[in-house]
Amino acid sequence: MSSRQRTTVFAAAVLALSMASSVLLLHHIDEIRPREIVDDTLYIASPKLVERASLGFNGLTACIYWTRAVQYFGHRHFLRERSYNELAPLLEITTSLDPQLLPAYQFGANFLAPAPPNGAGQPERAIRLIQYGIQHNPDNWRMYYDLGFIYYTELKDYKKAAEVFAQGSKVPNAHPFLKILAAVMAEHAEDFNTARLLWSAAYQSSGETNIRQNALEHLRAIQVDEDVTNLQNAVTGFVQQNGRIPTSLWEIAAAQHLRGIPVDPDGVPYELSLDGQVLVANPDDFPFITKGTPPGYKPGAPKFHTKLPAS
Amino acid sequence: MSARIIHIASNTFREAVRDRVLYNLIAFAVLLSGAAIFVGQISIEIERLVVINLGLTAVSLFGVVIAIFIGIGLVSKEIEKRTLYTVLSRPVRRWEFIVGKFFGLAGTLVVNTFFMGIGVFGALLYVAHKFSGSDARILIALYFIVLQFLIICALALLFSSFSSPLLSAIFAFSLFIIGSFADDLRGFAGLTHGMARWIATGAAYLVPNFSALNVISAVAHEQAIGSQLILQNTLYALVYAAMALSGAVLIFERRNLK
Repeated sequence: MSSRQRTTVFAAAVLALSMASSVLLLHHIDEIRPREIVDDTLYIASPKLVERASLGFNGLTACIYWTRAVQYFGHRHFLRERSYNELAPLLEITTSLDPQLLPAYQFGANFLAPAPPNGAGQPERAIRLIQYGIQHNPDNWRMYYDLGFIYYTELKDYKKAAEVFAQGSKVPNAHPFLKILAAVMAEHAEDFNTARLLWSAAYQSSGETNIRQNALEHLRAIQVDEDVTNLQNAVTGFVQQNGRIPTSLWEIAAAQHLRGIPVDPDGVPYELSLDGQVLVANPDDFPFITKGTPPGYKPGAPKFHTKLPAS
Repeated sequence: MSARIIHIASNTFREAVRDRVLYNLIAFAVLLSGAAIFVGQISIEIERLVVINLGLTAVSLFGVVIAIFIGIGLVSKEIEKRTLYTVLSRPVRRWEFIVGKFFGLAGTLVVNTFFMGIGVFGALLYVAHKFSGSDARILIALYFIVLQFLIICALALLFSSFSSPLLSAIFAFSLFIIGSFADDLRGFAGLTHGMARWIATGAAYLVPNFSALNVISAVAHEQAIGSQLILQNTLYALVYAAMALSGAVLIFERRNLK
């Protein structure tokens, strides 16, 4: 082997070795470095300053900030974190850079509004975000739909939700179901059927997989909530009639002349606790349920399903 | 256009190609195809927007860097290598040399932009699987970017006609940044009073207005670009480039090359 060849082989070996070592070292550094600090740092918080620094290339910068917001939320949501301090500023910078970036409003509000761990628990910031979106995209009926949704699901302000749906129905080319939603909201806001109608509309009107999946999970949760409510009423009636708690849901099924114990959307029978509470067997499979969970229950990592529940 | 200008322009183009300027197309292709493949996986619903925004921004920035770094060396390199004396000893006027150099560099950038434009449309087809009518507006954005290059080429030549390459690069790049804030500058001028207002307004109109030539966001959102804007921007870029080029010719004509 000539001297030149030896040098080439040696340099190539050093190159490969140092590259592998640097990757390994960086991996170790990432493990020992506190993740929170990296995640929760927003170097430039002022939308105006970011806009100036982007040298007029606002569109690309907005896309980068939107991707940061998605990654920030996704990472924290996966870890079931309860604080999302930088989410609202990230979304505000994104929409200020590109006020026409519709996914940032639509998804951003869905990230911000729900209570932790499903979202940041900041419905007021979500409302502000959507209102900013309406200001800049007044002809987009979906903005009104999303805003009404937050009033309905998070704030339980049914009157305001009805008003927003009604406003949205007046936008040119608005989807006809906005009018129906406005009417239903005014009359039967707290019914399970109204919630079902709303989430079915969300499922059917969107072609986006994430929105459809979210709607699907809510529809499954509504089914569970309704089942648990009905079963719990039956248990209460049984207690009043017989002066004792039923030993199992078989007794309820027999008293109600049912063919068997009612099952959740996954086909798993509901359960009855010793103190007469109707419970879901696998609450982790229904991230949005408000009933049927044991006392002190903490939800696990989110799961996603692909089939609509039979209602 | 005289044959001499065409010769100088074609030689400038050939020199740029020989200097491997078009290699930037490889970096562009890697950047765009990478974005087209990965953005869909790490973000939500912005694949098309990213391809257009990133593609057109890269076309613009790559072109600006090429225009500045080639433009500033066009005159000084010829003086340094002493090839300028050979050229000027022939029946070639100094202004023809400057204008030829300008067209050569502009031609290089147009070819570069053409190939990058094909890349943008290719990446768009990859993420959207089909073209829509509004995608034709990307051509308008590319056209505006080319207009922007014409101004920067002329400015780089202007600075190169009297200054060192390093200073020319600093001047040209600073003017590009200031020009990106042209609308803000005008806004600031409006806030001042008296003499300061006149000076600030004058300065705001003197720097090139690159923000008017940036329609990338509008095109990404499928917004229409008015024909009046196309016409006015074309006239503005041609007039501004002519102004800077005239300045370069005036200085170069009087420059002592001994």
